[in-house]
Amino acid sequence: MGENASVLFRESGDGETLMSRDAGDRLVPDAWVAARTGLGMDGLGVMNLGVAAADRHACGPWAKMTALSFVTPDGAGMQDISYAELAHRSNRFANGLRALGVVRGERVFVLLERCPALYVAVLGALKAGAVVAPLSAAFGPEPIRVRLALGGAAVLVTDAPCYRDKLAPMRAQWPSLRQVLLVREADNKQELPGTIDLVEALAAADDTPPGIATGPDDPALLHFTSGTTGTPKGVLHGHGVGLNLFSSAREALDLHAADRFWCTADPGWVTGTAYGILAPLLHGATVVVDAGPFDARRWFEVLERARVSVWYSTPTAIRLLMRAHAAGVKLPRPTGLRVAASCGEPLDPGAVRWGERVLGRPFHDNWWQTETGAIMLANIPARQVTPGAMGRPLAGIEARVVHRKSGGGVTVIDTPEATGELALVAGWPSMFRDYLGAHDRYGACFADGLYLSGDLVRRDARGDYWFLGRADDVIKSSGHLIGPCEVERVLMAHPAVAEAAVIGLPDPTCGERVEAVVVGHAGATLDEALARTLLAHARTHLGAVMAPKRITFAAALPHTRSGKIMRRLLRARALGLPEGDLSMLEHAEVPNEP
Amino acid sequence: MNRDEIRAGVHETLARIAPEADLTAIRADRLLRRQIDLDSMDWLNVIVGLHERFGLDIPGRDYGRLGTLDEIVDYLVAHLGGERE
Repeated sequence: MGENASVLFRESGDGETLMSRDAGDRLVPDAWVAARTGLGMDGLGVMNLGVAAADRHACGPWAKMTALSFVTPDGAGMQDISYAELAHRSNRFANGLRALGVVRGERVFVLLERCPALYVAVLGALKAGAVVAPLSAAFGPEPIRVRLALGGAAVLVTDAPCYRDKLAPMRAQWPSLRQVLLVREADNKQELPGTIDLVEALAAADDTPPGIATGPDDPALLHFTSGTTGTPKGVLHGHGVGLNLFSSAREALDLHAADRFWCTADPGWVTGTAYGILAPLLHGATVVVDAGPFDARRWFEVLERARVSVWYSTPTAIRLLMRAHAAGVKLPRPTGLRVAASCGEPLDPGAVRWGERVLGRPFHDNWWQTETGAIMLANIPARQVTPGAMGRPLAGIEARVVHRKSGGGVTVIDTPEATGELALVAGWPSMFRDYLGAHDRYGACFADGLYLSGDLVRRDARGDYWFLGRADDVIKSSGHLIGPCEVERVLMAHPAVAEAAVIGLPDPTCGERVEAVVVGHAGATLDEALARTLLAHARTHLGAVMAPKRITFAAALPHTRSGKIMRRLLRARALGLPEGDLSMLEHAEVPNEP
Repeated sequence: MNRDEIRAGVHETLARIAPEADLTAIRADRLLRRQIDLDSMDWLNVIVGLHERFGLDIPGRDYGRLGTLDEIVDYLVAHLGGERE
């Protein structure tokens, strides 16, 4: 570390980082000090994400500025909510929660489509000091059931159809769940026992700030991510996540106040909350919201009509746009677009260049995970894009390429060309604080002061990082992480299924496609009708996003000697690849050559 | 191929991709994707399935006109009717 009186640099394998002294005289990356200043949290140790996002722009000249701009259902116009209105409505929600007895640290789950109530509920619950857990409305009943139980939900905010169809039959399974607040359409007042109408619940609440003082270390967000074992992991973040959200949105997305920002990710997934709600509001930008399903032509109409200046999307959506474009759909170049970015899975070079040709802007790919809380590596707009690469570490983030040692610990690979697992020097502000109820799993993510990401990468001689794949069996499909065990467990709950293995196979559109190989119980007729029945069963319980797209049958599944399904071998067989090292294969289960 | 046969063929295509859907409860004049749980991949597979079932090329620029069951059936009737009836 070299330093002199005025300018301080920290040298690492990725170059130099400008350093500053913070209010506590600690040496920290300059970008974080700038973010603290930008968020108005200098030296006070007070940080509330809801207040920082909704209230900081709600008085003075910025109060009338549009915070949220919704594409109306008919697609013809926009419905705007100002920063002042968002501040008042989220205050009212926070006070309403407090009146219902919600105390700091309790979990408030939000399961809503992209409607105004979603944004009000997330920000209001944060202001009340509650921990917000957003769930995707695309989930079927089973993933919802598991996550509500795991998170110990105290309050759930959802809409009437979702509650009626997915939750009401299982209500008794969540003893911790005290209140269900329903967002209802005015014309649908069907009585649903055990719920409260949101409007009625908030009728008596006032819209002054609730004044709950939280600090950067107090828990704020609970996101669920999939692992290779059966249960999803509840990733806990503190209010301090806002610091990296602010600095990364500036560096990786070039986001500024008055930008009109559209993030297409579902708010139930981490990107949709972090960058679809929080980061743009922290900057005083306008969040453009479109609740409709994907449609290429309509999306380009949104880009133009909503005057989107910064656009954040996913490779699957980009590839669908490319297909539509190739099939003759006219996609006129948006006139106001300044930056286009992508995350969730690696973006192929062709898609980056397609952006350049059709949008007039290349897609800037970046990398992060639920656990990292914010973008960590990126092709930043200030530098020329390396098509196909996931970029380089942002200011203050130190990345390493490591190999795990068999007895614990890691070896850092220092050579210019390095292949191995991506690790980050632990301790950045938005780093996750725990896996809820699984502290040992949290501990297992760290070694030698590094967070181990589970993603395999190559670092080239220029310092760009390239995604190679997951170190485990987790499937990356349409930007979502899908845990094979969670899908297998649902399939195995069907009486005809003895065993199931779920794998991801390469797909030109969604990255990896979820497929299942099923072993039937003796007596089950393994035919097309059963495959269809199982598909219906999986989709009903899991939802379309998580369920397999195809189900095939096998006489047996390959297992390791310790009894684990060798998904890697199934995948190799499905793709006609070499089967690799079979020394771990349990002999009795070796099936015939495919 | 008459309108009812076409509708039955569309149902069959949907049932293959989303076998859990109760197609008798679908409102034919409302957006299909608001009533059946279809992600982007499923929707693409519906289009491909219709192409295979009816032997009709559906150009990408027409996808936006196929939002409801009625729109799909109308589209197929208009493009198949002349040749097959």
